[in-house]
Amino acid sequence: MTKDYLIERNGKKYEVVIGLEVHAQVLSESKLFSTSPTKFGSEPNTQVSLVDAAFPGMLPVINEFCIKQAIKTGIGLNAKINNKSIFDRKNYFYADLPQGYQISQYKDPIVGEGNVVLDLVSGSKTIGIERLHLEQDAGKSIHDIDPKNTLVDLNRSGVALMEIVSKPDLRSPEEVNVYIKKLRSIMRYLGTCDGNMQEGSLRADVNVSVRKQGEDKYGTRCEIKNVNSIKFMQMAIEHEANRQVDILEEGGKIDQETRLFDTKKNETRSMRSKEDAHDYRYFPDPDLLPLELNDEYVENIKKEIPELPDQKKSRFIEKFNLSPYEANILVSDQDISKYFEAVIENSDVKLSSNWITGELFALLNEKNLEITESPISAKNLSKLINLIKDGTISGKIAKTVFEMMADGDKNPIEIVKEKGLKQQSDPKELEKLIEKVINDNQDKVREYKSGKEKLFGFFVGQAMKVSGGKANPQIVNEILKKKLK
Amino acid sequence: MSIDLKTVKHISKLSRISLDEQKAKKLETDLNSIFKWIEQLNELKTENIEPLSSIAETKLRLRKDEIKSKNIREEILKNSPDENKDFFVVPKVVE
Amino acid sequence: MSNITDLSLSELVSNVKNKKLSSHDVTSEYVERSKKSKNLNTYIEETFEAALKKAKEFDSKPDFNKKLPGIPIAIKDLFCTRNVKTTASSKILNNFIPTYESTVTQNLWNDGAILLGKLNCDEFAMGSSNETSYFGNVISPIDKDLVPGGSSGGSASALAAKLTPATIGTDTGGSIRQPASFTGTVGLKPTYGSCSRYGIVAFASSLDQAGPMTRNVNDAALLLEVMSSFDNKDSTSVDFKRPMYSKDLSKDIKGKKIGIPKEYRVDGMSEEIEKLWEDGKNYLKDCGAEIIDVSLPHTKFALPTYYIVAPAEASSNLARYDGVKYGFRTEGNNLIDMYEKTRSAGFGDEVKRRIMIGTYVLSSGYYDAYYLKAQKVRRLIKNDFNNIFQKVDAILTPSTPSSAFKIGDKSNDPVSMYLNDIFTVPVNLAGLPGISIPAGLDKKGYPLGLQIIGKSFDEQNILNIAYSMEDKINFKFNLKEWWMND
Repeated sequence: MTKDYLIERNGKKYEVVIGLEVHAQVLSESKLFSTSPTKFGSEPNTQVSLVDAAFPGMLPVINEFCIKQAIKTGIGLNAKINNKSIFDRKNYFYADLPQGYQISQYKDPIVGEGNVVLDLVSGSKTIGIERLHLEQDAGKSIHDIDPKNTLVDLNRSGVALMEIVSKPDLRSPEEVNVYIKKLRSIMRYLGTCDGNMQEGSLRADVNVSVRKQGEDKYGTRCEIKNVNSIKFMQMAIEHEANRQVDILEEGGKIDQETRLFDTKKNETRSMRSKEDAHDYRYFPDPDLLPLELNDEYVENIKKEIPELPDQKKSRFIEKFNLSPYEANILVSDQDISKYFEAVIENSDVKLSSNWITGELFALLNEKNLEITESPISAKNLSKLINLIKDGTISGKIAKTVFEMMADGDKNPIEIVKEKGLKQQSDPKELEKLIEKVINDNQDKVREYKSGKEKLFGFFVGQAMKVSGGKANPQIVNEILKKKLK
Repeated sequence: MSIDLKTVKHISKLSRISLDEQKAKKLETDLNSIFKWIEQLNELKTENIEPLSSIAETKLRLRKDEIKSKNIREEILKNSPDENKDFFVVPKVVE
Repeated sequence: MSNITDLSLSELVSNVKNKKLSSHDVTSEYVERSKKSKNLNTYIEETFEAALKKAKEFDSKPDFNKKLPGIPIAIKDLFCTRNVKTTASSKILNNFIPTYESTVTQNLWNDGAILLGKLNCDEFAMGSSNETSYFGNVISPIDKDLVPGGSSGGSASALAAKLTPATIGTDTGGSIRQPASFTGTVGLKPTYGSCSRYGIVAFASSLDQAGPMTRNVNDAALLLEVMSSFDNKDSTSVDFKRPMYSKDLSKDIKGKKIGIPKEYRVDGMSEEIEKLWEDGKNYLKDCGAEIIDVSLPHTKFALPTYYIVAPAEASSNLARYDGVKYGFRTEGNNLIDMYEKTRSAGFGDEVKRRIMIGTYVLSSGYYDAYYLKAQKVRRLIKNDFNNIFQKVDAILTPSTPSSAFKIGDKSNDPVSMYLNDIFTVPVNLAGLPGISIPAGLDKKGYPLGLQIIGKSFDEQNILNIAYSMEDKINFKFNLKEWWMND
C-alpha cells in the first residue's frame, strides 16, 4: 500500500476531494451543429460558417456522427445511454460565444451514470462517472496580439465536445493523473477523441475541496477552470488544496467560486471577469427537438465497439499468463497493444512482452518516438524473437541484431546471415572449442579443480569470446561441466 | 409576487442592457403590471402535466458528418463594426 | 384593362403568362405607386432600380413555367436578403447587409418573383401596431391616424395600399393575421414546420412561422405553395407532402364540421364582432357546412402563456446582438460596458421590455414558476385543440377582439396592447394553421376579419373554407387614396 495523499498542518491531516469535468473534443470531420471543418491550427476565422458566427436567422442542424461518438464513449465508460436527451441553451455573454448562449445538455444528458476503473500501485479503484453530455465549444479570445483589444477567433466555435463529469471520487493528484490517462486511453481505443492536450482536445475543470481525515461531509469546493495538461492539473490541485487548508487552519471559510490556474505563478486565483453571479438560464433549445434513440440504435453502435483496455488486459492475463503489471503497460495505449498483438501473432508471448517493454521502449524513448513511428516493425521484431526462441541466436547477439535492425527496419534473418551471427550449437564443434580453452588455461583448470569453483564463469566467458559470442551458452555450460569434472 | 427595483437592475445586468434610474423605474411599473396579469396561470393545477417545449411534428433530423462550408472569412467579418481583416475585435478582456 | 395595381396576384400571373403584361409593365407600375406612397412609411429599403432591371431581364428571357413569373413583391424586413440591408426594424441591425438569403425568399425568387423592397414592421416583430419600429410607425392606408396592426404592419399597409401585389410576413402570435384583419386583407399563418425559418431573424423560435399576405384567398394559396418547402437547414422543418394549394383550391366544403369555441366570446366583445361571427356561421351553413359548438377551456390562459414563452425565447435569440459580429456598436470602457451600452442604445423599449421579461422568467428561482408552468399550460392548450379536432374539421373565430385602433392609443399600456392578440395566439402555441379573411366593417368603417383554424398541415382545408366564405362575404372596400403624392 502506498501512503494516502494527505495534507498535514498543525498536526491535523486533511484529505483532498477531487471531481473532474473533462472536456473532450469529439473526433469528427465537421462541427456539432454546422458543416464547418474542425481541423486544428488553421488561419483564424477560416473555419467559420454563418451558423458558427451566429448570424441572424441561422439555425443548428445536428451531426449524427457526434451523437454516435458520444454513445460509444458512454459505452466505454460502462454508462447508461439515455433514450431521450435534450439540448438546452446555456445563456451568458462572452466575446468568444457568438450566439450569446452555448448549446449544451443540462437536465437530460445523452449519457448517464457509469464508471472507470483505475489501476493504481495500491490496487484498482473505481471512479464513478456522473454523466456525459454533448455541447458546443466556444471560440478563442486572444489577449496578447493587440495591446488595446482582445481578438476573437471563431474556428473552434461550434466544435463538438463531450463533457465527462466524474463523481468526487478522486483523492490525489496521482489519481487524477491515472484517471485522465485512462479516460484518454478509452477514448483513443474508441476513436472518439484524440486526447491531444497540447491542441486542447482534452481539458478539464477541476473541482477541489478538503476535509479533515475521517470526516464524512464534503467541504466547500472551488472550481478551477480550463486546465489543459495533467501536470498543470496536479499543480493546481496541490496549490488549491493547500490554499484551502491554510484558510481553514486560520479559522476561515472557503467561498464556493470559480478560479483560474496561473501556470506561470503556480497558483490559483479568483476569476474577476466572471464576477457576476452565474445565472445561465438553461432552457430547451427551441431550434432543436429532443434527441430520441431507440434501443436498436444503441445496440447497433455496441456492435462497433472494439475490445477496450480493461477487457484486453484481462484477456492478456488469462490467455498469455502475463503479469497484471505487464498487461497494463501493453494495453494502456491502443497503438502499443496493436503492436504487441501483431508481434505475438507468430511469436512467443513472454519474449515478445519482454522485448517490447524492454528494448523497444528504451529505443523509442531514446529517439523520442511514438510506437506508431517505431523504426522496427512488428513483423521484423517477431522474426527476431523467433530467432531467439529457436536458438538460432542468443539473447545477447539478439541485442546486437536489434540495434542493426533499427537502422531502416532491416530483416533480422538477413542480418544474422550476412554477419554470420548464427549461434554455434553443434556439440562437436563446441567440444573442440572448449578443449582449446581448457588447454590454453591449464593453470586456471588446476585452481578450479582445487576448489575455486567461481572460475566456472571464466571458462564460459573464454568459450564465448573464442566463438565470437556465437556459442550457445547453454550447451557450452553443459560441455564445460563434463570436461571440468 | 412583485418585482422590485433591485430585481429589475439584476435582470438588466443579466440581459446586458444598461438602464438609467428613470427607465428602471418605468420598467418596474410595466413588469409588475404584466406579471400581475401573468399570475392568472396560477389558477391552473399543472403538477402532472408534461411540459411542451417543441411543437414541431417531426423527429430530430440527423445530419451526415460532412464538411460543406468553405472559408468565408471575408464574408463573416464584413459586417463587423471593427475593420480587422482576420479577427473580431472587442475591448481588452482581463481574465 | 383596369389599373395594373388593381389586379390580384393570380390575375397578374395569368396576364404575364398570356403575354398581356410584361414583368416590366407590372414592376414599373408598382414602383411608381410605391414612390408616391412614402407617407405610409411602409418601406425601410427600396430596391426599385434593381427590380426594374430584373424585370427587363425576365422579359428578355421569360420563363412562363414559373409560378410567379416576373412578379414584383415587397417583403417584411425580417427575411434576410442577400446584399440587401436587413434590419428587423431595429437600430441594432441598422447597417446589416446579409451575405445570404432566407429559404422562403429564395423560394420566391426561384419561382420568378422580383424583390421590390423591404417593408417596415415592429422591431424584431415585437408589437401589434407597428409602433415599435426604429424607422417610425407605419400608417394604415385606411386612415392616417390608424395603426395597420403588427408586427407585419408595413406588409399589411403596403398590400392594402396596393404598393405590392402580395407580400409575406411572419406570425409569432398573430403578426400576419391581426394586421390582415385590420387592413381588410387575407393573411395565413401556416402550420409550424411548413415554411422554413432559415434566414428569418428569429423572435421566438418555437412560434415563428412565415406566411402569405394577399388580397384574396386564391393568392394566399398560390403564395403559400411557393413559400412552403422542406428545408434540411431548419431542424424544425417538417417533411410532408405539400399539396398544390392553388390548384386544389375548391369551394366544396359540404359536410365539413366547423367548431365555434365558446371561450372566444370574451367579456366586452362588441356587438359588431358578435354579428360578424354570426354572419360567418351563416355563410358556412349556406355552403353546406355543419356548425358545432365546442369548448377550448384553456383559451384564456393562452396570452399569459405566450407572454412567458415568447419573451423567454426572444431573450436568448436576441443575445447575439452584442455589437461584436455585425450591426450597431457603442464603444465602452470594457467588454461588458460595450455590451450594455450597445444593447441599451440598439434596442427599443418594447424589445428591451420583452428581453427583461424573458430573462426574468428563465432566471434562477423563477424558471419553474413561470417558464416551466407556461410550457405545461401550452400542453393543455395544445390538448384542447387535439380534443376538438376529433369532432370538427376546422374552427371559426373572430381574428381580433376589435378593429384597428389609433396610433398611440395603446402604446403606454403593454397589457392592453398584448390583449389584441387574444384570438390569434392560441394557434401559434398549438402550432396550427390559421387564416384571417376580411369579413365586414365596423361602425367606423374599419375592416374586421374572421379566422379559420385548421388541423396541423391541413392548410388546404382552411383555404377551401376561406375560399367558399370569401365568395359569400363578397368583401368590398374602397380606399380613398389620400396618402398619395404626385
